[in-house]
Amino acid sequence: MDGGRRRILKGTGSAAVLGLAMAAGLFRTGSAWAEWNKAAFDTKSLADAVKAMGGGAPAESKDIVITSPDIAENGAVVPFTIASKVPNTESMALLVEKNPNILAANFQIPQGTEPWINTRVKMGQTSNVIALVKTADGKFYYASKEVKVTLGGCGG
Amino acid sequence: MADPMKIRASMAGDKVEVKVLMSHEMETGQRKDSKGALIPAWFIQNVTATHNGKTVLSAEWGPAVAKNPFLSFRFAGGKPGDKVAITWTDNHGDKRTDEATIA
Repeated sequence: MDGGRRRILKGTGSAAVLGLAMAAGLFRTGSAWAEWNKAAFDTKSLADAVKAMGGGAPAESKDIVITSPDIAENGAVVPFTIASKVPNTESMALLVEKNPNILAANFQIPQGTEPWINTRVKMGQTSNVIALVKTADGKFYYASKEVKVTLGGCGG
Repeated sequence: MADPMKIRASMAGDKVEVKVLMSHEMETGQRKDSKGALIPAWFIQNVTATHNGKTVLSAEWGPAVAKNPFLSFRFAGGKPGDKVAITWTDNHGDKRTDEATIA
């Protein structure tokens, strides 16, 4: 008798959990792209950005190369190429240290895709730019480079 | 609906090099209009590229990506005639998909 009651209680418990999981699932599909990491895009420092991506302290690496102009005349459009030779690179992010929010973009690199990205970002002022690499085993590596900006691209 | 993307996909050695130019304001949410009111942020948040239905790149973007974003990347396993599709979604939930054939 007692055992039966136990089982019923357990049963309702797991049903509730299932219901919650389903609700979470529905919410995910409901909001078109739930995988946008808002917490990471709200951060202001490299350490916080890495934390928001679920990592520990990042290590500096010579296997990451940032190619960009040393002086950008127009901060509204600064071209960057980031390339990683770190084995098992899983994702690559571009961060601008002195922008209002440090994280500019994060790219997931599936197997078969070269860890090489070319894009353009805005820079509010002269700043260090950081390329951050996450490996398949969850480790973070970075390289940085200073880019001087003559005319900022964030304010009005 | 936003303007179509310009996508160019071509062979670079044994890899496919994709170049995409999107048409989007990428408003940062930091700027003010002539009356001093803040212009709300409006930017592409997610970009996905697929080749034969397989994701070859996915990205999360913040408002710091430049206006009318440019993106270039390379992936293996494609051949001329294959299709590459790019989809973006912005923070208003607006979405656009365009396709190109590998040259």
